[in-house]
Amino acid sequence: MNDVRTAGAATPLEIRIDSKTYVSAEGKPVEVIRDLRLQLDAFSFGALIGPSGCGKTTILHIAAGLDPNFIGERRIPGRGRLGMVFQEPRLLPWRTVADNLRLVLSPDESLDKLDGLIGTLGLGAHLSHYPGELSLGLARRVAIARAFAVRPDFLLLDEPFVSLDVAVAARLREELTTLTQRERVTTLLVTHDLNDAIQLADKLFFLSTRPASVAVEMALPPPRGARSKATIDEIAGEVGARVPAYMPDVART
Amino acid sequence: MAKVVSLAVLLGLWALIAWLAQSPLLPSPMSVGEMIVADTRSGELPFQMACTLARVAAAFAIAFTLGVAGGYAMGRSKLIDRYADPWLVVLLNLPALVIIIFAYIWIGLNETAAIVAVALNKLPNVIVVTREGARSLDPALDDMAQAFRFTWQSRLRNVVLPQLAPYLAAVSRSGLSIIWKIVLVVELLGRPNGVGFVLGSSFSLFDMTRILSYAISFVALMLAIETFLVQPLERRTNRWRRNAA
Ligand SMILES: Nc1ncnc2c1ncn2[C@@H]1O[C@H](COP(=O)(O)OP(=O)(O)O)[C@@H](O)[C@H]1O
Ligand SMILES: [Mg+2]
Repeated sequence: MNDVRTAGAATPLEIRIDSKTYVSAEGKPVEVIRDLRLQLDAFSFGALIGPSGCGKTTILHIAAGLDPNFIGERRIPGRGRLGMVFQEPRLLPWRTVADNLRLVLSPDESLDKLDGLIGTLGLGAHLSHYPGELSLGLARRVAIARAFAVRPDFLLLDEPFVSLDVAVAARLREELTTLTQRERVTTLLVTHDLNDAIQLADKLFFLSTRPASVAVEMALPPPRGARSKATIDEIAGEVGARVPAYMPDVART
Repeated sequence: MAKVVSLAVLLGLWALIAWLAQSPLLPSPMSVGEMIVADTRSGELPFQMACTLARVAAAFAIAFTLGVAGGYAMGRSKLIDRYADPWLVVLLNLPALVIIIFAYIWIGLNETAAIVAVALNKLPNVIVVTREGARSLDPALDDMAQAFRFTWQSRLRNVVLPQLAPYLAAVSRSGLSIIWKIVLVVELLGRPNGVGFVLGSSFSLFDMTRILSYAISFVALMLAIETFLVQPLERRTNRWRRNAA
C-alpha cells in the first residue's frame, strides 16, 4: 500500500485498488476487488453503488485508511481530517450521547460548539442517554453528528439510510445535503439504493460484480440535493440505459 | 433482612452448642466477642490485621498489574500467546504450597518472598481472565477509534477498559478471596506477624478463643471490603447497562 497525503485544501480524493484479497473461512484467498479506480473532485459528493456483498464497505475502509492490506494507493483530500459513518452506528455503549460526541473533539473544544449540529439532527433531548436507550434511527443520527463534529474535509458514509423509516431518511438526506454543502466536505456515500444516490450525488460510480471494479462512472448535472422527481426519473432512465448489466437488480432494492 | 436472620440463627446455634458442650475447644460467642474487644483495645488485633491486609494489598496490586498487562498482550497477539501459554499452563498447575515453599527457600524467609509467593499464585488466574477479555474486544470499535483519531490514552479509557471491566471485576472479586486465604498460609509458614501467624501460634496452644476471634474479625473485614469497595465499583462500571435495550 502507498499512502500519499497532498498539501492544499482542494485536492481530489483518489483511490486505486489494484487488488484486494480476503482469506475465506476455508483458508482460500478470495479476490474481492481488482483494478478499481475512484476519483472524486474536492468538495463534491460521490456515490458508490453496487449490490450487497460486492465490496462497498471494503472500499470505504480502504479509503478511510483502516485497512492497509491491499495493493494500490490512496490520496485523500485536504488535511485528511476524516469523518466516518459506519454501516452500523458504532457508538460506545458505555458513554452517553454527549460523551460519544465529546470524545471526537479535541480536549480544548466544548460541546457547545456542536449546538447547531445537535439541533439540526434533533439530538438535544437525548444527550444524556446511553446508546442502548436509543432507536436505531436516533443512533444513526448520533453517528452522523459525530462524523460532522470533527469538521471533516473528507466524509465517508456507509449505507446511512438503511432500515430507517421513510420520513427520518428523507429528513436525514436533506440534512446531509445542507451540511456537506455548507461545510464544503468531499463526501463518498456507499449505497445500494439508486434513488438515494441520484438525489444526493454529483457523481455515481457503479461497481461490477466480483472482483469488483468501477463498471460505469456517471457525472450528474448540478445542483445536487434538490433534484425534482422528474429529474430523478430521467437520470434513472439514463442509468438503466448505460448500466444494463445489473441495473434492474439494483433499482428493485 | 434474610441475611441478618440467617446470621442470627447461626450465632444462636453456636451459643447453644457451646453451652451444651461446655468445652474449651468450642468457646461461646460471648467469650470470643470479649476477646475481640479486648485485643482491639490493646491494639493487638488491629496490628495483626493491618499486617495481613498490607500483604493482601501488595500481592493483589502486583498480580493485578502484571496479570492484566500479560493477559492483554496474550489476548491481542497470537505470537505472544503461543510462546507464553506453556508457561501459563505450568504456573496454573503449580500447587500454592509448592510456590510458597520455593519462594521462601530461594528468596529467603522475608516479606518479599511472602508477597511474591502470593502474587505468583494469583497471577495465572488474572492472566487467563484478562486474556479472555482482550480476545473479546470488538474490532469494530477499534476501527472507529482509529478513524476518529483517538489518542491511545482515550482508547484505553473509553474503548478498551470499559470492555474489559466485567472481566477485571470478576478477577478482583475472586482475586481478593483467593489472595487473602493464601496470605494466611504464607504467614503461618514464615512470618512473625499477621493473622496467619496468630492462627498458627494459637493452634499450637489449642487456643480456640483466639483462633475464632482473629478468623472471624478478618473474614468480617474482607466481607466489608467486598461489600463497600468492590461491589460499588462494579455497579458504577455497569451503570450504562441499566436501561440498555
Ligand atoms: N473480514 C473479511 N474476511 C473475509 N471476507 C470478507 C471480510 N469482509 C468482507 N468479506 C467479503 O468480501 C465481500 C465484500 O464485502 P463488503 O465490502 O462488506 O460488501 P458490501 O459492503 O458491498 O456489502 C463479501 O463477499 C464479504 O463476504
Ligand atoms: Mg457493506
